[in-house]
Amino acid sequence: MSFPSFNLLAQSILSGIFIGSLYGLIGLGLGLTWGLLRQINLSHFGLVFLSAYMSYHMATVWHMDPWLSLLILPPLFFAFGVGMQWVMARFQISPFNSLLVTFGIAVVIESLIQAIWTADFRRMETHYNDMKFSVGSLYVPIPELLTLLLSVSIALLIWAAMRYTDLGKALRAMAEDGQIAAAFGINQKGMSLMLAGVCAALAAVAGICLAMTFTLTPSQIFAWVGVVFAVVMLGGLGSAMGPLVGGIIIGVSEAITMAVASPSWAPIVSFSLLIFLLLLRPGKI
Amino acid sequence: MNKTVIGILAAGALLASVPWLGLPAFYESFLYLVCHWAILALSWNILSGYSGYFSFGHGAFFGIGMYTSAGLAAHLNWPFLWTLPAAALMAALLGLGLGVVVFRVKSVRGELFALLTLAVTFVVGTIVLNTRIDGGPGIYLNAVAVPAIGPSASSSLYLLALAGAVATMLIAYKVQSSKLGIGLFAIHDDEDVAEVMGVPTFRYKLLAFALSCSLAGLAGGIHALFVSYVTAGETFNITVPLTVVLMSVLGGTRHWAGPAVGALFITVLLFMSAGSNPVAGKAAVGVILIVVILFMPNGILGYFFKRRVAVQGAVPVVQDPAVPLAAAHAPAAAPVRQANLATRGEPKVLLEVQGLSKAFTGVQALDQVSLQVHEGEILGLLGPNGSGKSTFINVVSGHYAATGGAIFFEGRQLAGLPAHQIAQAGIARTYQIPRPFAHMSVLQNVALVAMFGGAALNHQQATEEAWKWLEFTGLQDKANALPDDLNLHQRKFLELTRALASRPRLVLLDEVLSGLTPAEINEAIELIRKIRERGATIVFVEHVMRAVMALADRVAVLNHGKLIAVGPSQEVMRNPEVVSAYLGTPHA
Repeated sequence: MSFPSFNLLAQSILSGIFIGSLYGLIGLGLGLTWGLLRQINLSHFGLVFLSAYMSYHMATVWHMDPWLSLLILPPLFFAFGVGMQWVMARFQISPFNSLLVTFGIAVVIESLIQAIWTADFRRMETHYNDMKFSVGSLYVPIPELLTLLLSVSIALLIWAAMRYTDLGKALRAMAEDGQIAAAFGINQKGMSLMLAGVCAALAAVAGICLAMTFTLTPSQIFAWVGVVFAVVMLGGLGSAMGPLVGGIIIGVSEAITMAVASPSWAPIVSFSLLIFLLLLRPGKI
Repeated sequence: MNKTVIGILAAGALLASVPWLGLPAFYESFLYLVCHWAILALSWNILSGYSGYFSFGHGAFFGIGMYTSAGLAAHLNWPFLWTLPAAALMAALLGLGLGVVVFRVKSVRGELFALLTLAVTFVVGTIVLNTRIDGGPGIYLNAVAVPAIGPSASSSLYLLALAGAVATMLIAYKVQSSKLGIGLFAIHDDEDVAEVMGVPTFRYKLLAFALSCSLAGLAGGIHALFVSYVTAGETFNITVPLTVVLMSVLGGTRHWAGPAVGALFITVLLFMSAGSNPVAGKAAVGVILIVVILFMPNGILGYFFKRRVAVQGAVPVVQDPAVPLAAAHAPAAAPVRQANLATRGEPKVLLEVQGLSKAFTGVQALDQVSLQVHEGEILGLLGPNGSGKSTFINVVSGHYAATGGAIFFEGRQLAGLPAHQIAQAGIARTYQIPRPFAHMSVLQNVALVAMFGGAALNHQQATEEAWKWLEFTGLQDKANALPDDLNLHQRKFLELTRALASRPRLVLLDEVLSGLTPAEINEAIELIRKIRERGATIVFVEHVMRAVMALADRVAVLNHGKLIAVGPSQEVMRNPEVVSAYLGTPHA
């Protein structure tokens, strides 16, 4: 273990914040369905990658600007999310069975991606790729910065919606006790359809951000599950700001570990942190 | 030996003959994988399926076993067979160490337990990768000799895995049909109630976890030689836990053989899809999974056993209605009140609490309560809402730990003991809102308490005892129904039956009458009288004054957590402090 220079450390923390905001963005949709609909939605990861591949295709093959896919993909995914929730509600899936069904969906999506784009590595080529600016001695890459801004603004938007609008209050009441909420006139079915749609749309946004910064391969879908689960639990199920905060905590702690020790030690910090939080602050998570 | 055990052994023997049939080696590796996944899924189910503690950490225990075997065989040149017990032991030790910490934290249940065990997998994996256990490049087992059990190396590995699978099946079956299994199923439905009914929940979870982990370690040990090259990335990931959960839930987690069925099913699917078009095959696995779970939410075996609530052990004992209840089956262990009365001396103290206190952050729910309960009496516990009556019952039964004071039951100090030991000492309770074990039949609910409570009967005796008490409370027609099918009145009586089946010396009744109709209340009052006639001492919390006056020998009144009066009913009800506690102080 060697102590890195201040500059390297600062650059690490910065990149930790960037990757953390992507963790948070992926975790946001996952945590909302988990906390409010009691579904552990593994297909969320599949949708993120599907969106990433679609935006890759639009940008690299059709030469569209990635921001255009930000207008096209979320509505499409919203519709898919609504359809999926309709089926889940129709069959009254229990929380752990939801894990299995959505795992099945994730596997189908993975096969679909593999069939269309093959298992080769894919990298989105856009003019944003090499854009960066520097603050002092620190480099700030534009795609990462955009991810951070998107992640923060979406989290704030959802937080405000949950807190101040009637729709948000109804959602929280529904999460607390669905039957009672229904008795007070909340349209449980409609709300959950809408929420599932929103979460799928969030997956689409996260996927576009992912494609801008990462090289894609289908088997990567499940590589993100562990760390994003940790982010969601750390931030709190059903919370809007929580995943972003949890994501940045984990992202930064990973980045510092990578700089101080070695990249292969990175997972231990976040997961040990999670274990201690679960044991020492039970019920607060 | 019963039929199931013989069946498992016979199937094992039959499958053991496969290597001598001269089939291509392909079949042996296929059968190896079936056995491999069967061990993993069955062992996972022992903790997670039975008790509902879904673990996502099976990869960690599997991986520890894998690395133990690989390290010992490749680096230290142990003979391979000797590494397998070590693999099982190391995995069990990790499980025990984790369980001792985790099972003490009450809130780490459900998805939190799943997450914690997943996190442990990554932590263990990172440590293995970065230390000398692996160090980065992985461990090669090419030079390790495969023990010559079968005619070829692949058949030897298959036979090893088969032996492991047969052993795991026997263990899974034995656990499910034993007291341990029944206790685990109770934990699955309601852990707090299980503890209060006498199930040693902490010990049982730990035992199941250790068993589950050691079998996973064994599977890992064998698999190390099968793959012959062990890497941290391929071992400590989410594939093993996900596949195992998938197989178990697909097969059915409430049946011991469910995970084995699921393992067979998924392995066949994966093999079929591995051929010409792997991508389409994978998609097919996904689709089949979705369809099966949607249409068979309780798994394959759960689907086929759906309408069969297992009636275990004895057939109903048909009672001659002309024979008086008490004469027909007076619980042998219960004290007889008449004998006590005959002495006519000082009443014998059964329960004595001294300075009992319970504080919830900021609220003093019980404040220095000192009270004696005499053997054979019915003591009514009264007080306005929030005065600490239910807390009293919760503290005496061990549901909550007291923050101060002492509880003596027949001279034995109970404060600080875990709830299951208090139950086994002879104290039973009911819950104000009935909390039956939802997945067990009425009969199983009652029999469980007879097994684990103070009576400590064996399975057969407990079932007979349960029938007796179901007849006593008039629920015998509902014996095979699930609690959800009962109405409130019947659920309240089920609570009562459960309390009685442990042959308690002291029964704590928490508002058994609330919510009942006047006719049902009369019925219940008669029943409580009968319970006392059979020798039990009763403390009951009640708001229905008619019942209190009809039943109680003495009453005790709580207000704001303090005992304000105790004595014969009529006397206490005229006490001015009691009157003002209920009706307020006149200001005129």
